[in-house]
Amino acid sequence: MTKSQGSERVHGWGRFPVVETHVERPRTLSTLTRSVDAADSMIVRGNGRSYGDASLHRDRVIETTRLDRMIAIDEASGQVIAEAGVLLSDLLDTFLDRGWFPPVTPGSKFVTLGGMVASDVHGKNHHGAGSFCDHVDWIDLATGDGKVLRCSADQNSELFAATCGGMGLTGAILTVAFRMKPVETAMVRQKTVRAPSLSHALDIFERSHDWTYSVAWIDCLASGNKLGRSAIMLGEHARIDELPVERRKTPLRRPARKAKSVPFDFPSVALSRPSVAAFNRLYYMAQRPGERLVDIDPYFYPLDSIHDWNRIYGKRGFAQFQCVLPLESSQEALETMLTLLSKRGQASFLAVLKRLGAESFGLLSFPRPGYTLALDFPATAENLSVVNELDAITADHGGRIYLAKDACAQPQSLEAGYPRLDQFRKVREAHGLDKRTGSLLSERLAI
Amino acid sequence: MMASPVLILGARSDIGRALARAYLAKGASVILAARPNENGLLEDDLADLRVRAPSGVTVEAVPFDVTDGAPDAFFESLPQKPGTVVMVAGLLGEQEQSAKIDARAADVLGVNFSGPARYLLAAARAMEGVAGGCIIGISSVAGDRGRASNYVYGSAKAGLSAFLSGMRNEHAKTGLHVMTVKPGFVATQMTEGMDLPAAMTAQPAEVAAAIIKAQEQRRDEIYVKGRWRFVMAIIRAIPERIFKKLSI
Repeated sequence: MTKSQGSERVHGWGRFPVVETHVERPRTLSTLTRSVDAADSMIVRGNGRSYGDASLHRDRVIETTRLDRMIAIDEASGQVIAEAGVLLSDLLDTFLDRGWFPPVTPGSKFVTLGGMVASDVHGKNHHGAGSFCDHVDWIDLATGDGKVLRCSADQNSELFAATCGGMGLTGAILTVAFRMKPVETAMVRQKTVRAPSLSHALDIFERSHDWTYSVAWIDCLASGNKLGRSAIMLGEHARIDELPVERRKTPLRRPARKAKSVPFDFPSVALSRPSVAAFNRLYYMAQRPGERLVDIDPYFYPLDSIHDWNRIYGKRGFAQFQCVLPLESSQEALETMLTLLSKRGQASFLAVLKRLGAESFGLLSFPRPGYTLALDFPATAENLSVVNELDAITADHGGRIYLAKDACAQPQSLEAGYPRLDQFRKVREAHGLDKRTGSLLSERLAI
Repeated sequence: MMASPVLILGARSDIGRALARAYLAKGASVILAARPNENGLLEDDLADLRVRAPSGVTVEAVPFDVTDGAPDAFFESLPQKPGTVVMVAGLLGEQEQSAKIDARAADVLGVNFSGPARYLLAAARAMEGVAGGCIIGISSVAGDRGRASNYVYGSAKAGLSAFLSGMRNEHAKTGLHVMTVKPGFVATQMTEGMDLPAAMTAQPAEVAAAIIKAQEQRRDEIYVKGRWRFVMAIIRAIPERIFKKLSI
């Protein structure tokens, strides 16, 4: 049997940058541990859904997609133990009809558990529930020196805090134990509110803390007194008595959705300013205010129904920008950013605003109290320079950029936003992990 | 509804694992058969499948070696008589090695043809009288025509395809459903590191889904990706005096 593994072209979800490297796909936890021990330096990669260069390494990428086994579920507490390569979609397929839902979910279900820990992902419920790692009981971590360490708030707690949100730079996450939360149904009661301007939108967020889920979509091409006009979507898991009568017998069943896929790279004109402006206007009009019931999949994962949606940005790929801004400077910083975007005519297909809650314990975790804005752009030279300007505005206002999205920030914007970076570096050095792990992201940002 | 339990022969493979999950999701109990290794007998997969299993559905594992010469004893020792048997065991080998070293050729021929054939004959004997019984053999497009690059493997798979077609013919009257599966390229451990064309390459989960759908439709022979049927029809149609000079 052939074992000569050639090199592969690998990229993140943004398809920029691309690296030619050696990829391993271990099938068992012991082979993963051995690979990590044998490598001079490496990065572990899950399903490749971080956008930029966090999962890229010049010489060795170890992918966990084949380590996708469940290990145990405790039906009393909702604790699930699983291998790091298990996909969130798999957790939903397996546990939702038993009444369990992930405590925190990002905007795609095609992410691995290990990736959710390494990026300490947040969801629309961050203001109340915190980030994913707040629901993790423990992880097993292979540190590349022959050791596998159980890490939790009590055990190897420094490594735990460095690994949660640590972008894979502390070794290989082998297994994750975390708590699901009980739900009665597979539907969400959604309330849509329109905000004619940014200050209205922020007001609505501040008055909506009681809603479990909240998120806003911003029309980022609106300007003048419409600057920051948004549609805010609030949500609660629906109770059985809120369902239509015909669905009360099978409240946890999800209707099958047929996934479409994008068969080819779109030509660049598809995302030109006029077409995106038209989309933004239509989308804003389509968000009818009021309450309705929606299925879990379209509510949480609207883009997942289109496989390979990243191809609409064409061959050159796209760059994501996401920052979080402290409460006190949020309005000013957001206005500066939106003004910049509408002035430059930078067409962002998706602009998402969300209120975040308490800061996470992870040393490099992204979430902190304030407002987070996410944008994406085709990866042209001009757009990348806009992203750099946005990075600078973020740093000026004491905000931080999200490493899982970033592909082009400079080291100084990292230093500005992550005050615990030095502590993170010390933990890595103490375990020799600065030598044994690395990524294009850690190189670029001098982590 | 498939006849349960489903016995998966070669359950450690990527296709075997995907099949076990897909059958469980359909509500069928599963018996995994694989060679024990240094990690034991599929303990990790057993735990995984038991977490996933809907209530009332069981998952067992039994030791199995397709080159072992006691297939009848193997079927007698099973915890339950299977309703569906899927032969997944296979060995790609390297053509160059198979051509040079007799033992390598013996491995490839044994694991892909004589072993599966003997186990499936024993399966048919063991399943006599089982209502809705089904035997599924994973063959290969490589068996559709011998090519310089892999004809030891290909000829063993050609043998398996002929075997399955004959068994299907014999059992057309008894009601035992016999199905041949030609997956084409699959992104598995066996093909890792090969430069496979994405449009012709299936994921293990796709192969599993296609097999279950075809079993429900009582198909005789399937290509997992339909375009393979077309490609192989062309390859088979090329006259031998031209074909022998090609390198495909």
